[in-house]
Amino acid sequence: MPIFDSMLPLLVLMTSLVTAAVIFALGEERAKARTFFNLLGALAKLALVGFMLWGVFHERVFETRWRFMPQLDFVLRADSMTILFSTLSAGLWLLTTIYAIGYLEGSPNRRRFFGYFSLCVTATMGVSLAGNLITFFVFYELLTLTTYPLVVHRGTDKAIKAGSMYLRYTLGGSAAMLAGMLWLYVLVGPFDFAETGALSALDPRLHWQLIAIFVLLIGGLGVKAALIPLHRWLPEAMVAPAPVSALLHAVAVVKAGAFGIVRVVYDVYGIEFSRDLGVLPGLAAIAALTILYGSIRALTQDDFKRRLAFSTVSQVSYITLGVSLFGPIASIGGLVHLVHQGIMKITMFFAAGNVAEALGAHKVSELDGVGRRMPGTMAAFSVAALGMIGVPPLAGFISKWYLGWGAAAAGQYWALGVLAASSLLNAAYFLPILYRAWFKPQRKPWPHEHLRRGRFEISPWLLLPPVATAVLVVLAGLLAGHPFSPLGWVRIIAGREYLAP
Amino acid sequence: MPDAGFSSAWLAAPIAVPLLAAIGVALLSARLRAGVCALGAVGTAVASFVVLARVAAAGPLRHNLGGWGAPLGIDLFADGLSVLMLAMTAVLGCAISLYASGYFEHARERQSFWPIWFLLWTGLNALFLTADLFNFYVTLELIGISAVALVAMEGGPVALSAAVRYLFMAMLGSLAYMGGVALVYAQTGALDLALLEGRLGEGPLGQAALALLIVGLLAKTALFPLHLWLPPAHSSAPAPVSAALSALVVKASFYILLRTSFGAFSDNALAAVGPILGILGGLAVLWGSLQALTQDRLKLMIAYSTVAQVGYLFLLFPVAMPGAGDAAWQSKAWIAGIFHALSHAAAKGAMFMAAGAILHAVGRDDKNSLRGLGERMPVSVSALAVAGISIMALPPSGGFIAKWMLLVAAVRTGQWWWAPLMIGGGLLAAGYVFRMVKFAFYATPAHAPPLHAVPRRLEYTALVLALIALGLGLASVFPIAVAAIGAPFPENWFTEAL
Repeated sequence: MPIFDSMLPLLVLMTSLVTAAVIFALGEERAKARTFFNLLGALAKLALVGFMLWGVFHERVFETRWRFMPQLDFVLRADSMTILFSTLSAGLWLLTTIYAIGYLEGSPNRRRFFGYFSLCVTATMGVSLAGNLITFFVFYELLTLTTYPLVVHRGTDKAIKAGSMYLRYTLGGSAAMLAGMLWLYVLVGPFDFAETGALSALDPRLHWQLIAIFVLLIGGLGVKAALIPLHRWLPEAMVAPAPVSALLHAVAVVKAGAFGIVRVVYDVYGIEFSRDLGVLPGLAAIAALTILYGSIRALTQDDFKRRLAFSTVSQVSYITLGVSLFGPIASIGGLVHLVHQGIMKITMFFAAGNVAEALGAHKVSELDGVGRRMPGTMAAFSVAALGMIGVPPLAGFISKWYLGWGAAAAGQYWALGVLAASSLLNAAYFLPILYRAWFKPQRKPWPHEHLRRGRFEISPWLLLPPVATAVLVVLAGLLAGHPFSPLGWVRIIAGREYLAP
Repeated sequence: MPDAGFSSAWLAAPIAVPLLAAIGVALLSARLRAGVCALGAVGTAVASFVVLARVAAAGPLRHNLGGWGAPLGIDLFADGLSVLMLAMTAVLGCAISLYASGYFEHARERQSFWPIWFLLWTGLNALFLTADLFNFYVTLELIGISAVALVAMEGGPVALSAAVRYLFMAMLGSLAYMGGVALVYAQTGALDLALLEGRLGEGPLGQAALALLIVGLLAKTALFPLHLWLPPAHSSAPAPVSAALSALVVKASFYILLRTSFGAFSDNALAAVGPILGILGGLAVLWGSLQALTQDRLKLMIAYSTVAQVGYLFLLFPVAMPGAGDAAWQSKAWIAGIFHALSHAAAKGAMFMAAGAILHAVGRDDKNSLRGLGERMPVSVSALAVAGISIMALPPSGGFIAKWMLLVAAVRTGQWWWAPLMIGGGLLAAGYVFRMVKFAFYATPAHAPPLHAVPRRLEYTALVLALIALGLGLASVFPIAVAAIGAPFPENWFTEAL
């Protein structure tokens, strides 16, 4: 392997790790230099990931590997699944960085914030690049530790409490995962992630152990993926600043959990072997329950961000559902939702952050007439909300279409009912927001309005990111047939994961 | 085993250099002190790493001081385990010296700290280079006395009562150990470990000797339930001393036990003792962690954490003892224990140093005094948190590697019941670390009193040590390969593993 190819995965991590180091080394006051290095790091990462995408498409192998303890390798490798997640994170990192620079302008502790922000992205990239379970675990834990300072960033009692709850859940989950990994290691020894899985050769008499291990691993990953009943930390973590919520929900934490489930099912167990073991129906049932539960809870939330949070609980489980309904088409629906949910949900959090920042409005009931006051922000929000509901031709429609098709193809008609119910519920909790924003006149003065003189409704740093992601929501739907669209890429993955596609 | 005079004479250097530094710093004028200290610390570290390099290249070394062989003369001996301990002491020793050079404000403190500290270092290096029960006793006494003196240094009532308690326990421990050594000599007529190979613990007399030896060493290592002296002593000492005690001194007596049990103990004796040590270790993990969870003072929390972490060290005995399973997994547990000692040294040293810097700046170290320090002392808080990662054994850190290897070895030898204990212990550790660290993330209180200026080297030394603990999690292969040199296991998995 050429030296560059074996260094590239490490370089991808380094772009944000070095950025973090530089930011910590710069003083609190050096805002301009910090912005420069932040954007430099984000752009460099995006360029490297773009190159990786091109390479993996042409079946080039990028792998960094070293022995970090006896008999176990630390493996960073770009496969098609990696590309799906790392393109999403690299792209959204750039936008979230831009947003965060605008959002936190003039607030205290920005050095700490951006430093950990970069570390968090490093961990997310590591999660996507990990080539075996233990490397995955290293970054998965690193992600917990680096997001904690972001969650508690405000430093209030409420924030610290939410942070402690976050740690209790995630570290408890990691203990379960460690136990599962240990058991698996003792059972089969070291192995790398492999398309079509790595365990099917095991003696059938040991299969009960594999099922127990599956439960432990999914239990650990389910915490971050917010499967019920492990989801409770997520709405509490809403005390974090808006860019952190955006990152947590769309790119980093929740996605790392969902991505981990995908890895375990496809690349540890193998999708066909998982079906033979009989672990998929249970997973599908939990995912379906989570979808419905999250949506129902979202209906009654008046706090804007909490409503979005319960919506995340629901939407992320689409990924798990798609994975656990056996069949390539359902897999496509689930995997593509990894990207689609990311771009839609991040748009919504950006918008919610803008409304809170400019008008001080934190509640859904305070949003009457906000569309007229902040048309750009709310237009972006509306596109994302319609996408979530599943209106064609937006991104969310593509996900739901493939999920429904996949459920029917697999003969699992009950899942169609879940999807339909969920879409109705999505509409029931998002459409009132749109109605209030666009069709109701403003009744009361805004709770805490920041007047600004400028051409836009809010600083361009804050307006550009949601508009950009909303455009992506439209494009991901319209151009779904293109090979480099999320859907196109996921079809490549599905082709590689199923033995007989 | 090469015994060419010149090369093996290097073994004396890590003992001679700090001893000379101790004498020099005591005799020379205060003006020259800084230079002597720097020279002594760097010189000792260089000597230690030269020995490490020689052993890594040429295998175990033995040197007869003065040309008299065992059983009459004093033999110095170094294999992989000893040089790793030397290297650990060298790294921590340099860090502690650097830290101490900025920590002590009064001339009186500096005057008493430096000579005793170099004596302590001498004792540690000498102990790690010994393979003889009596010389172990001598070096252990040197370490014990200088450690007690360092604890008593501050002179206040708290420090003195802690020092007296420590002295009492250290004396009892030495007495028991010495009694055991006397019985061994009476029974076998030998004290050199190589001559004693596999003969300790046979017959009633031998068992009595063994019991005395072990109890003495456990008291000095502060294994539950003989740990009561440790928290007051470690938490009331000045920060550089706390770091030295928790990171290095408790490892010394553990080292003796590790050396003698694998090698000098008979197989039956080790198989009988192993489970007992493991159970005590497990209890120490639980008890120490639960105590740490209820402490409101940072340094006391760290001290109780040492009680818990010492417990992990002893989990290697039941897994690595003869008859526990195939040798590959036994040796893995043995290595895991050594690696745990290394990473704990770096992490715990960092924690005490960071706590010392905080205490220095704020004037107290209860948990509320940490409020807002994330903004005001980011380097120290980071050091505390990063070292905490290794203590909780989360990846990537040396603590994680050690725990993972021990977990795998335990399950592979059929002793899966240690796994929930170790995993649960990690959660408890996360609990007690975050219970403190979270206060640093509060916004700075409106009327927070100003901080005393802290020399930068205090904060950065702690951070560097914490990063070393983290780095051990990514570069464990070399230390493990070194530990395998001369390891007391017939067939090694290291060769095929590396």
